[in-house]
Amino acid sequence: MQSHEVADNGHGADAAARQTRYYVPSPSRWPLVGALALFFLGLGAAFALNGVLIGPWSLAIGAAILVWMLIGWFGDVVRESRAGAYRAREDMSFRWGMGWFIFSEVMFFAAFFGALYYVRVISVPELGDAAHKLLYPDFNPAWPLVTAPGLPAGYQAMGAWGLPALNTAILLTSGATLTWAHWALLAGRRSRLLAGLGATVLLGVLFLLLQAYEYRHAMHELGLTFASGAYGMTFYMMTGFHGLHVLVGTLILAVIWLRVARGDFDARHHFGFEAAAWYWHFVDVVWLLLFVFVYWL
Amino acid sequence: MATVEDSAHLPHDAHGKPGGWARWVYATNHKDIGTLYLWFAFAMFISGGVMALAIRAELFMPGLQFWQPELFNQLTTLHGLVMVFGAIMPAFTGLANWMLPLMIGAPDMAFARMNNWSFWLLPPAALLLMLSFWVPGGAAAAGWTLYAPLSTQGGMGMDLTIFAIHILGVSSVMGAINIVVTVLNLRAPGMGLMQMPMFAWASLITAYLIIAVMPVLAGVVTMVLTDRHFGTHFFNAAGGGDPVMYQHIFWFFGHPEVYIMALPAFGIVSQVIPTFARKPLFGYASMVYATASIAILSFMVWAHHMFTTGMPATAQLFFMYATMLIAVPTGVKVFNWVATMWEGSMTFETPMLFAIGFVMLFTIGGLSGVILSVAAVDVQLQDSYYVVAHFHYVLVAGALFSLFAAVYYWFPKMTGKMYSEGLGKLHFWWSLLWFNVTFFPMHFLGLAGMPRRIPDYALQFTDFNAISSVGAMMFGLGQLIFFYNMVRSIRHGKEAPQLPWEGANTLEWKIPTPAPYHSFVEAPELKAGDNGVILSMQGGEHH
Repeated sequence: MQSHEVADNGHGADAAARQTRYYVPSPSRWPLVGALALFFLGLGAAFALNGVLIGPWSLAIGAAILVWMLIGWFGDVVRESRAGAYRAREDMSFRWGMGWFIFSEVMFFAAFFGALYYVRVISVPELGDAAHKLLYPDFNPAWPLVTAPGLPAGYQAMGAWGLPALNTAILLTSGATLTWAHWALLAGRRSRLLAGLGATVLLGVLFLLLQAYEYRHAMHELGLTFASGAYGMTFYMMTGFHGLHVLVGTLILAVIWLRVARGDFDARHHFGFEAAAWYWHFVDVVWLLLFVFVYWL
Repeated sequence: MATVEDSAHLPHDAHGKPGGWARWVYATNHKDIGTLYLWFAFAMFISGGVMALAIRAELFMPGLQFWQPELFNQLTTLHGLVMVFGAIMPAFTGLANWMLPLMIGAPDMAFARMNNWSFWLLPPAALLLMLSFWVPGGAAAAGWTLYAPLSTQGGMGMDLTIFAIHILGVSSVMGAINIVVTVLNLRAPGMGLMQMPMFAWASLITAYLIIAVMPVLAGVVTMVLTDRHFGTHFFNAAGGGDPVMYQHIFWFFGHPEVYIMALPAFGIVSQVIPTFARKPLFGYASMVYATASIAILSFMVWAHHMFTTGMPATAQLFFMYATMLIAVPTGVKVFNWVATMWEGSMTFETPMLFAIGFVMLFTIGGLSGVILSVAAVDVQLQDSYYVVAHFHYVLVAGALFSLFAAVYYWFPKMTGKMYSEGLGKLHFWWSLLWFNVTFFPMHFLGLAGMPRRIPDYALQFTDFNAISSVGAMMFGLGQLIFFYNMVRSIRHGKEAPQLPWEGANTLEWKIPTPAPYHSFVEAPELKAGDNGVILSMQGGEHH
């Protein structure tokens, strides 16, 4: 062991450059457990969608294994972090890794934004042009599309300035409370940190409740479903995947709140907090784009 | 304040090699995980190869001899999926796992535990794919591109395929993040970005492409899934959607995917040729910039796969010219490889043979690609056997040959043994000959109008199909030479010298052979030149 190479908890390129060793974790069962979980989930989903009896059971087993794996794996990570395994160089790896993970998420949403723009700019106008009048004489290609060439009418679009605008305000506020919590963490003010983080979690929950209410309203009063043509499918697909990410982000922030309450993180060493914050801001930005292109324009 | 001593008390593996099966299933060692990747890829190569032979058996003669058309379509679909996602991509990831840390002086991959998850997601995904042959309705039969509306129909096999693709996507995105972070963050002091071996550059840029486009594939197959089961109309005009939209989103993934399977091959060849030509790589910086240019251009050419879908002429022209533009950086690369060999003291060991075979045959595939990029020509050749010939020249003689070159090249470093040079050469010449017998006649078949993905054909195509089928059987047989050579050499091969290749001068050759279980536990101080050539090394600890 190199006693001259004292690892400090410092961050940044200088501290990383001084560090000549890198923490490589011991053999772990969690990757294999995670692979099993996804196998049962994939198999179960395919079976369940086709009415095979064991499908839901396989899904349940897969989900249970996944939860076990997540708790076990992140538990190991937290233990290693507390034991001081993660120094400047490891910290930088986590930062790069989280950044690239968020980029992959951006590209996942890009596929759906691509689909939205394609139907709005190309396929819907084309289906309504003169060449298609013979096929679909009554089709009106105006967006939001409340008719479809070959589907029965009878549904309405979601307006932007009611609940969705309120939800926008909620998410923007949650971004501010999270940043406030971050400042508190940097200043070492733990109770303010807990308050800011807690407020963010509550705003996330509130957003999800309002989104659920909005879905209920859309389905029961507007008659809007996943099967309501190009409008319904992009609306539910995009807000649905976004809502899923808000759910995951809220759970992550709740776990971070618990870790703060247990005494984890300090002003210099808090990558877990920052990763959760980056994820939350990413989800926030996606919502802004959704608000503009799905609800508003 | 945590110290190194503290972290040494953590349960970690830096001082031993776990025994038995736990070593493999709980692995966090990049060499073990790389080995797992390579064997898995080989198993998938054999599985996909058997499907290819089943296809060629049916096409030996006109008429239906062996398979019903439904099964034939399943075989072509799964052959493509298995080779792309099961064989080629995991093989490159496995090589990157094995070699990147050794080439840049890193102790392991940046996320050693996640690395193992990336690998262990592959067998379940492969299992779901294979299982789909035995469910009602059989496996997916829409072609590996899974075009809607074919993919929005069909039975459970398509759903299994979709979920398998999701799992494969998770695996390759995590693997790619690992590669990017390892390259960006774990290079030893002195190994600057513009000194890195081309293989590291190629892996980095490939990984970037994977992170950018695999999520797009996940998105589009998710739309197929909701169209199938949840009443959406993404690819159905009745609801305002469009089946052509599937092709746009798919090929936004699909064209970069082509380079995901080609760029690492460029990287390998850029290591092998300088070694056996005993000359530095010609035009290292231009090689780096060419690789990056190809990656960026790959995002702007996707619709050249769709010239017959009824795009406006302006769009056709744009995609045509953008595609032709890719020939420029690719041409730079081919020029550089040839210039590296020019006046070199060349010897022709097996890795070099495969590398030269790669340069020649990949160039043929590249040139037929330029021909196909001409929209007016493509309208005639779209979905014909000409296309099949084209992409097998770049994927078999390209990606696969480079993989063989890499495995022979690094075999001594990985195993500490030498492979049999005689069997290696036999493997090369056999593969070269029968590869061309298999795939060259397909150019003629395509030009004559034979469509791809059909189990039966008109009589005038018989001769070339028969030749092609014989070639395929022989090519397949030849891969057993490779398998035998590997297994025998691992067990009974001669001990490899410390430096088996006289001209090899990158970092992985500066450490003991075979590579110690833990290498560069402490980062070395390097002085490196172009293409990872090590001028001096100090420190660096292995055990």
